[in-house]
Amino acid sequence: MRRYFGRKLLIYGLTFFMAVTVNWLVPRLMPGDPVASMLARARVAQPEAQEALRVYYNNLFGFDLPWWQQYLNSWGSLFRGDFGISLWAFPTPVADLLTRAVPYSLALLIPSILLSWVVGNRLGALAARRKVLDNTVLPVSYVLTATPYLWLAALMAWGFGVVWGIFPVAGGYSFSMTPSLTWAFLVDLFWHWLLPFASLFLVALGGWAIGMRNVIIYELESDYANYMSALGAPQKLIRRYAFRNAVLPQITGLALQLGVLVAGALVTEIVFSYPGLGSLILAAIQNKDFFLLQGAFLFIVLGVLIANFIIDVVYVIVDPRTRVGMAGAAA
Amino acid sequence: MTLEVDDLRVYYRTLKGDVQALDGVSFGLRDGEILGLAGESGCGKTTLGKALIRLDGRMKHVGGSVTLDGQVLPIGDDVKMNPYRFKQVSLIPQYSMSAMNPTRKIGRMVRELLESRREKLDLDELHSRLDLVELPRHVLGKYPIELSGGMKQRMVMVISTLLNPSLLIADEITSALDVSTQKAVVTTLKGFRDRGFVKSMIFITHDISLTNQLADTIMVMYAGKLAEKAPASTVVNAPKHPYTQLLISSLPEVGVRYADKRLTGIPGNPPSLLKPEPGCRFRDRCPLAFEKCAEDPPPVEVEKDHVVACWKAA
Ligand SMILES: Nc1ncnc2c1ncn2[C@@H]1O[C@H](COP(=O)(O)OP(=O)(O)O)[C@@H](O)[C@H]1O
Ligand code: SF4
Ligand SMILES: [Mg+2]
Repeated sequence: MRRYFGRKLLIYGLTFFMAVTVNWLVPRLMPGDPVASMLARARVAQPEAQEALRVYYNNLFGFDLPWWQQYLNSWGSLFRGDFGISLWAFPTPVADLLTRAVPYSLALLIPSILLSWVVGNRLGALAARRKVLDNTVLPVSYVLTATPYLWLAALMAWGFGVVWGIFPVAGGYSFSMTPSLTWAFLVDLFWHWLLPFASLFLVALGGWAIGMRNVIIYELESDYANYMSALGAPQKLIRRYAFRNAVLPQITGLALQLGVLVAGALVTEIVFSYPGLGSLILAAIQNKDFFLLQGAFLFIVLGVLIANFIIDVVYVIVDPRTRVGMAGAAA
Repeated sequence: MTLEVDDLRVYYRTLKGDVQALDGVSFGLRDGEILGLAGESGCGKTTLGKALIRLDGRMKHVGGSVTLDGQVLPIGDDVKMNPYRFKQVSLIPQYSMSAMNPTRKIGRMVRELLESRREKLDLDELHSRLDLVELPRHVLGKYPIELSGGMKQRMVMVISTLLNPSLLIADEITSALDVSTQKAVVTTLKGFRDRGFVKSMIFITHDISLTNQLADTIMVMYAGKLAEKAPASTVVNAPKHPYTQLLISSLPEVGVRYADKRLTGIPGNPPSLLKPEPGCRFRDRCPLAFEKCAEDPPPVEVEKDHVVACWKAA
């Protein structure tokens, strides 16, 4: 077991290491003076900040040091949580921008991923049971899962926000409000959250429902299900076993889909001008804020890796076969 | 009589029409009798076995009846058949290796299975049966993956017979095993019968030499019909049906199995059962065929307990 997780951690660590290294390498491979050219291209809000930024970044890059020293220094600042200063939002540190945006992204991602997974699995299991449901759930699911995140988000923003005016279409909360722990603010927050959440939830839901339906049907035709039927076990028990076993590949599916879901969330945030990492990335691109982009990229990589590791742990907990296999390997 | 099968017909529905896989088979089984069911692959052995416990979705009960312990089994009705399964008729499947839910500990699975059938788990009895098949009791706390193939098979044999069924069907359970393990399985099954765990048994195999070690009676099927049924020694030493004779003579020596020589000695292939031509279905391959064979040969009891369906034998 320790060896298994050790290997997993090594892989994830290696991935993170690569991401950081690439991040470090890219500006240094740019022709000419990278700091000067990045500053020249970026739209820095205050012109007087230009000089300060130039000094700061020359210092940060430390071009006068040998390359390995530069590299080690970049790890050092990473561990101090120092991602540099944003060009676009000077003089706010990139780390501050990111930590402000991350709660919004997580608030969208975690509920939409978990709820779509749970509800989709239930729905798929139901569809596998009843013909009528199958004939409705399946086509709807196919449409949902084939819908691009951008598309559904735009459609919902336009329909519920612009045409019917039921929901706000921009921001994490109303501009007239100041964040506070009041009911009014929390309701406002929730109201802004609902549409982007719903559009993420719906697209993801279809995929889980289809996956579950197909795996359950496969499980119901498996040997153990046939054996139980031959021994007269009621369908209820057989379905319970089938559902339990069908959840396992869905957990693996969750790990595989994570990247897609995160990308979908980023796009959705942009459509709803939701103040998460997606909107931050858009701002970084529009303003050619290289450091902000790098920081956001590292945050996302780290987040996905952590989530993957959690899924690995959960899988080992729920599938006895992996545990047994590991015990066997250790013996 | 424990079991009486009368003119049983079970077909497979396919797009091209009905496959007449079991086409009017009649036989009986006495208390304590073990019937060996033999014949080439595709002759309808599995279909017969399934017909007695659970038809799959493509099978349909076309005619005939099955009576077990004096009760007519509702074999065509999946739901009505449920109360009989496990308690009166049980099955050791061919797929013992994968018959147990991989994500449940075996003991818990057995308990849940029994509870679902409103039966209490008698742990002492279960333990004594595990002892009997030489499985350590702690297998109940293990997942199927933790057991070897042979252990899984013995576990499934114990589970299937736990409620002392009147009829046990074992379909090709030895096909994937080596010779010594096959012997052990055969001994175990005999032990189950002798201790009264099962009243009667149908042991299905395409390996007639193995059947001979276990069965009291051997029934040979061909193309969905009964070809010959007689006490095991009669089938082996004095078969009357040309098909049985060829099966026996294609064995170098009964009781010895040669890896490649199992029932491969008869030239030709069984006919398609989609729209079988009338007359004896063995006609194309039969060295003794004559004009009369264009008519269906009825099963005839040529001597006591010896039934043959062949114009030449009657
Ligand atoms: N699902 C099915 N659909 C159509 N035909 C089938 C199906 N299963 C079996 N058959 C046919 O029924 C016949 C008997 O099959 P089976 O009972 O499996 O034979 P055995 O067990 O003796 O090898 C064969 O001709 C086979 O082709
Ligand atoms: S009935 Fe005719 S064809 Fe059939 S086995 Fe007997 S002799 Fe051969
Ligand atoms: Mg078969």
